[in-house]
Amino acid sequence: MSDKVTPLRQPAAPANAAALIAEVAGLIVGALNLDVAPGDIDPDQPLYGEGLGLDSIDILEIALVVSKQYGVQLRADSEENERIFGSLRQLVEYVCAHRTK
Amino acid sequence: MIAHTSPDAVIAYRGGAPVRVPQFLADVRCVARALDSAQHVLNACTDRYHFTVGFAACLASGRVSLLPSTHTPEVVRRLADFAPDVVCLTDEAGCAIALPRIQYPRGATPDTSDSTVPAIDAEQLAAIVFTSGSTGTPVPHRKSWGRLYACVRAEAELLGLPTDAGCAILATVPPQHMYGFESSVLIALANRHALCAERPFYPADIAAALQALPRPRVLISTPVHLRALLASSVALPPTDLIVSATAPLEQQLAAETEQRFGAELLEIYGATETAEWRLWPGVTLTCEGETTWARGGHIEQPTRMCDVIEPTGPGRFLLHGRVTDLVNIAGKRSSLAYLNHQLNSIPGVQDGAFFHMEEARASHTGVTRLAACVVAPELDAARVLAALRQRIDAAFLPRPLLLVARLPRNSTGKLPQEALRALAAAN
Repeated sequence: MSDKVTPLRQPAAPANAAALIAEVAGLIVGALNLDVAPGDIDPDQPLYGEGLGLDSIDILEIALVVSKQYGVQLRADSEENERIFGSLRQLVEYVCAHRTK
Repeated sequence: MIAHTSPDAVIAYRGGAPVRVPQFLADVRCVARALDSAQHVLNACTDRYHFTVGFAACLASGRVSLLPSTHTPEVVRRLADFAPDVVCLTDEAGCAIALPRIQYPRGATPDTSDSTVPAIDAEQLAAIVFTSGSTGTPVPHRKSWGRLYACVRAEAELLGLPTDAGCAILATVPPQHMYGFESSVLIALANRHALCAERPFYPADIAAALQALPRPRVLISTPVHLRALLASSVALPPTDLIVSATAPLEQQLAAETEQRFGAELLEIYGATETAEWRLWPGVTLTCEGETTWARGGHIEQPTRMCDVIEPTGPGRFLLHGRVTDLVNIAGKRSSLAYLNHQLNSIPGVQDGAFFHMEEARASHTGVTRLAACVVAPELDAARVLAALRQRIDAAFLPRPLLLVARLPRNSTGKLPQEALRALAAAN
């Protein structure tokens, strides 16, 4: 993990962000068949490894769901990628800034 | 060591830009010097070009590359028991593998004036590949350079790769996985093709990396990645050949892949564990569906075998492991016996078993996880998972992991998969 992160382009409006966090949490739980309620996912907990316990196959699955739902194509060619999946909140912020639908 | 005869030949691409033979040979000499006194090397480089240079540096200097199926702390510990002098070659600053680490040299401008290609003896031990086995100790498979070379020469021929032009080979599988090692690294070295340094992950990355390569270009992939590509809306560039392995691809997906890429798709079936066996004199095998019967010779009455057996010729057969014991998740192989051994080795776990969930869930990648029932009164599920994570590849972590009072063992102590599924359904 790097701490040299660039600021996000457009932070989501608070109310919007909360609704979108709940929506994306629901998408993740549904897509991965996780044994947890969407509302129980801590938005600041890591998605990978020790946090929610996801691995790269899950991340690929989430990327597909997010691209279908919001028209966001994820790319792994930057340090940004590790940060995007750093937590549910960061994923949602990225989606907010890049969504096309 | 390499089949590329001309100094102008391209051996790799990085970001679409060619890396030629003199640069490669100079990088190989540079890494061989950096390896110092170690004789065994765990090559953890994530960049495929760095991995290939590391492997070739070992080869050129008489060292052995160790290729375990995963890099969990438990597997790394076993590797150090196996070869106490092992070092880890890494190209990542944050590498957490608990071995003496050697950083892949970067930034140095090595001397490219010497273009002598090292000659490697066919008998030389090039690599030791490990499979998980069933008792907790990884099983080593020794691979000589001649064996590896002959295997990927044959593979190139089977795949119909051109012999008069270099292909650019892009792979979505890691170079440390046997399939990626053979079909993206060795196949390029032994047949004058060029490997792509990047390992693209997301569909958009795969499309962009392919687009950056000259034709003829080849994509080495798996059903998981191909399903994800097809499910995404990205435009796929024309490609000359798609290769899929690790698991069979459904007919419909195979046809769609060929259509979207305008390319032929070929599938490879293989397993490191597979070895040909010879029958005891007088014994014959007959197969009825998945069941195999042995009779004759010293066997007094026909006996049903517990393993999946494939006769390959008179007196010979392949052993494919115990029925239902084999596990293959997204191309990573293990066995229930191995996973159960690791689970039951966790302090505080009194009893525990992995099992296959029955229904295949509809997902884009088509991956179905294992589940596990565990008796561990002193622990919670998170603690058991954290301990398992130290021991087994993340792909095999159970989902769900259920803590139960006792396992549904029958009167002989056996655990039918059916009983485990029923217990999980009741929870």
